Amino acid sequence: MTKPLSDSVKSLKPSGIRKFFDIVSEMKDAISLGVGEPDFDTPWHIRDEGIFALEKGKTFYTSNAGLKELREEICSYVSRTQRVNYDPMHEVIVTVGGSEAIDIGLRAMCNPGDEVIIPQPSYVSYEPCAVLAGAKPVIIDLKAENEFRLTPEELEAAITDKTKVLILPFPNNPTGAIMEKGDLEKIAKIIIDNDIYVMSDEIYAELTYKGEHVSIVSLPEMKERTVLINGFSKAYAMTGWRLGYACGPEEIIKQMTKIHQFAIMCAPTTSQYAAVEALKNGDEDVKMMRQAYNQRRRFLMNAFREMNLDCFEPYGAFYVFPCIKEFGMTSEEFATRFLEEEKVAAVPGTAFGNSGEGFLRISYAYSLDNLKIAMERLNRFVERLRRE
Amino acid sequence: MRDELLSIIEKNSRIGVNELAVLLGKEEIEVANEIAKLEAEGVICGYHTLINWDKTSIEKVTALIEVKVTPQRGQGFDKIAERIYNYPEVRAVYLISGGYDLLVTLEEKTLKEIAGFVSDKLSTLDSVLSTATHFVLKKYKDHGTVFDKKKEDEREVITP
Repeated sequence: MTKPLSDSVKSLKPSGIRKFFDIVSEMKDAISLGVGEPDFDTPWHIRDEGIFALEKGKTFYTSNAGLKELREEICSYVSRTQRVNYDPMHEVIVTVGGSEAIDIGLRAMCNPGDEVIIPQPSYVSYEPCAVLAGAKPVIIDLKAENEFRLTPEELEAAITDKTKVLILPFPNNPTGAIMEKGDLEKIAKIIIDNDIYVMSDEIYAELTYKGEHVSIVSLPEMKERTVLINGFSKAYAMTGWRLGYACGPEEIIKQMTKIHQFAIMCAPTTSQYAAVEALKNGDEDVKMMRQAYNQRRRFLMNAFREMNLDCFEPYGAFYVFPCIKEFGMTSEEFATRFLEEEKVAAVPGTAFGNSGEGFLRISYAYSLDNLKIAMERLNRFVERLRRE
Repeated sequence: MRDELLSIIEKNSRIGVNELAVLLGKEEIEVANEIAKLEAEGVICGYHTLINWDKTSIEKVTALIEVKVTPQRGQGFDKIAERIYNYPEVRAVYLISGGYDLLVTLEEKTLKEIAGFVSDKLSTLDSVLSTATHFVLKKYKDHGTVFDKKKEDEREVITP
């Protein structure tokens, strides 16, 4: 064939993580701190419900938007955590992971030439999904001195008359940053004044270690302009089940459902039955996992303090984002040498945007024993670099 | 802090006070005081080790014995329970709802010793009406820990 493939797809850069992945996979005894998914197994009662659904022969498509029972449980969850009521029949769609919701949400909202504001460092798929939706990504470089929160000044500076959507990725991967109610209130005002949409990716909502997570949809006048994205992967350790959802205004969900209907049909049926059980009876599991993550988070922060490594204290997700600027290397150089010399893999901050330069993402979705060995090695590495 | 502390040391009683303090985000002295209090109150009753004896050369036979008894006036089941749990070979005694009254677990070197205990000591107690002895053939899981299962990390090594 000589005819060229899609220009917009070809223009996408492959994920910066790939290169590391290949090196680490070759190394036998390397410890990885590079994983973006829980180390826990899906709680047994949830898995059991999936098995039971299969045994009963629940192997057909569900409705496009997802099982009614699941949509009702999702609404009741959002209602009890955020005191915001969604109509399960018209304002919710069950998707294949939060990632599908990001994709179809942007496609449903954007016209060619629209601008999508993406604060970075953040998850790798916002920018390519915006490009594929025909929109122009406008990047905000978040700053360590603001604990990687989005400030009103930064947002205002990024808004133009073409701005359509703001992506709000908190609790944040890779920084672990959160936005508290006060922070959200300040930016909500700007959003309303400029009449833009918000896509709030709250996949790590349950993993918040400072008070309760507050969603921007709970603020006045925000529900009508926000697509709230969440899912089961992080809270219930269900990554492989591929299940997420979006809640939003009926007009948007209706358009999203069309894309979903033609591209996907429906989210996996087994996963949907398991997810009903997760929302009904999974609170204790979430609490147990959150507690374990929080202990590890404290352990890592203490380890950084002891080795004098600069790191703001993150209160969300399962990542810490230490600063490695003092060593005069790029993130990639640091991560490569750390891997080669100490056999520990951590992801360079630049994999999540240019503003990640000078930082390293360390995941604590690992057992404490694992983290202890990794921190011993990091300490040794850091000491050696300081002597050089 | 109490609940979280207990849930940590229930799984790992060897953890040091300094490490506990880090995990809980508290001062060492607070943690040490809390542990002392829990010990004094009898909440923490001991620091044991979970051993899979099947992996050693030491023979151990475990039996679960259902015991039906007549409760004694003024003492209920406590008196007879005490007579049973005072035997050092008795590992645990529980008062149970359902078809029988007491569940006694016993650990001995041989089957014969267990048979001896049941026939000579347990059955001959005045208030014991009947017993049913079940021998443990294999322990899969004990104290929340699955024996003989080392889980490999099957996740992709790096994911976004």
